[in-house]
Amino acid sequence: MNLRILGATTARILRQLRHDRRTVALLVVVPVLLLALIYYMFEDVPGIFDHIGLVMLGVFPFTIMFLITSIAMLRERTTGTLERLLTTPMGKLDLLFAYGLAFGVAAAVQASIASSVAYWLLGLDTRGGVGLVILIAIANAVLGVALGLLCSAFSRTEFQAVQFMPIVVVPQILLCGLFVPRGQMAGWLEAISNVLPMTYAVEALQEVGTRASATGTLWRDLAIIIGCVIVTLTLAAATLRRRTA
Amino acid sequence: MEPAIEVRDLVVERGRRRVLHSLSCSIPRGSVTGLLGPSGSGKTTLMRAIVGVQVVKSGTVTVLGMLAGSAPLRGMIGYLTQAPSVYADLTVRENARYFASLYKDVTSADADAAVADVGLADAAGQLVGDLSGGQRARASLACALVARPTVLILDEPTVGQDPVLRDDLWRRFRAMAAQGTTVLVSSHVMDEASRCDRLLLIREGRLIADDAPDAILAGTGTADLEAAFLHLIRAEQVVS
Ligand SMILES: Nc1ncnc2c1ncn2[C@@H]1O[C@H](COP(=O)(O)OP(=O)(O)OP(=O)(O)O)[C@@H](O)[C@H]1O
Ligand SMILES: [Mg+2]
Repeated sequence: MNLRILGATTARILRQLRHDRRTVALLVVVPVLLLALIYYMFEDVPGIFDHIGLVMLGVFPFTIMFLITSIAMLRERTTGTLERLLTTPMGKLDLLFAYGLAFGVAAAVQASIASSVAYWLLGLDTRGGVGLVILIAIANAVLGVALGLLCSAFSRTEFQAVQFMPIVVVPQILLCGLFVPRGQMAGWLEAISNVLPMTYAVEALQEVGTRASATGTLWRDLAIIIGCVIVTLTLAAATLRRRTA
Repeated sequence: MEPAIEVRDLVVERGRRRVLHSLSCSIPRGSVTGLLGPSGSGKTTLMRAIVGVQVVKSGTVTVLGMLAGSAPLRGMIGYLTQAPSVYADLTVRENARYFASLYKDVTSADADAAVADVGLADAAGQLVGDLSGGQRARASLACALVARPTVLILDEPTVGQDPVLRDDLWRRFRAMAAQGTTVLVSSHVMDEASRCDRLLLIREGRLIADDAPDAILAGTGTADLEAAFLHLIRAEQVVS
């Protein structure tokens, strides 16, 4: 890896994002609107927003970053910029980590805004601090980036890329313990849930919800997410071929 | 002197079809070499093999004595893809500066100079997505020139440009070669072929001529290169 190239590429991806007003709006406004929607859905049921709203602060960044990254990387492939980059001194990891960094920064902005709205406008109440929520949201967003980079290797068109959404993202949301507590799932479903990384992000968020300070479980969950990010990025590097047919 | 590019017995298959059939050629340093041939004859494929992004079945490609695509080589080679490969959602200047930043000791001033060199100084602040087709192709070219590479592989760099611009670009290629850069240019336009030091003509993945323009004219007994190539390609068709 080369720091100059990594930094320049991160800046380039952020600059592309900045030129794309609609995507910025998608990143910032949509999570806030969806949170508000959830808030009003459960307005009359006390305590529910504290549970679901909190988990959504982790789910939205993951989903949105997954989608944006897989399309962005696919575009590098289809417009030929990837082929060109691979003829320059850039290493494969420079490119992949730059995506992780750039969208990590975007996720930090997104999570800060969404959390601010959730806590101060919608009255979200957690035992633990908002800083931890943002930290977990960023980690989960970077996980979404890594999975998006990996999945884009297996699609040839944007049409194919978005189809990974229901395969990769939806099962994780269904089985992460949001709808049914994991302890009450059938054994085999819990086993699947155990190997899905989103499970640990949700568990970590729930720890923040119920504990005043960061617990060992929370740090272990964060470590698992970061481990998954590294494994996924390594796989993505392995599937990114300098030479193609 | 050792040639800049040495291709030996190169076999490439794409989509189960053999595209290059044991092709060999060598390209001298500090020259402009034209790569010509009918559409689908394998020009882009050969260029991709030279820059090291093409899976090859057998044979070797060495550039400046190193295996094509090797890491130290990638700092010394510039590649213009046939379809413009620049970021549509960045400005021309941002694109050039980004590609400049990938190379050691290449500054944003170099990037701005490359943009001016292709005649886009006035459009430097415009998004590439808002450019005309010819302008976009030149933006892409600027990004290939930006690092002042030792070896320059240009896949149809003058397509869609007006005669004045084409002339201007060719002067630049010649000037770069005069300073020691090795330039390989693919083209469909025959009057450009006469501006090359050497011509490679490929047909269906096989080399059918590798000579100076004058020698090709003399060998075929024709008055211009267009006629010479028609002659060579038809002669080849009779044989096969
Ligand atoms: N991605 C691909 N997959 C499979 N076959 C391909 C691919 N790209 C090109 N080919 C085939 O390889 C052959 C050579 O293509 P190539 O692009 O090298 O031709 P070319 O000489 O550059 O043509 P043109 O002048 O039209 O650009 C063609 O028969 C083409 O059909
Ligand atoms: Mg071509």
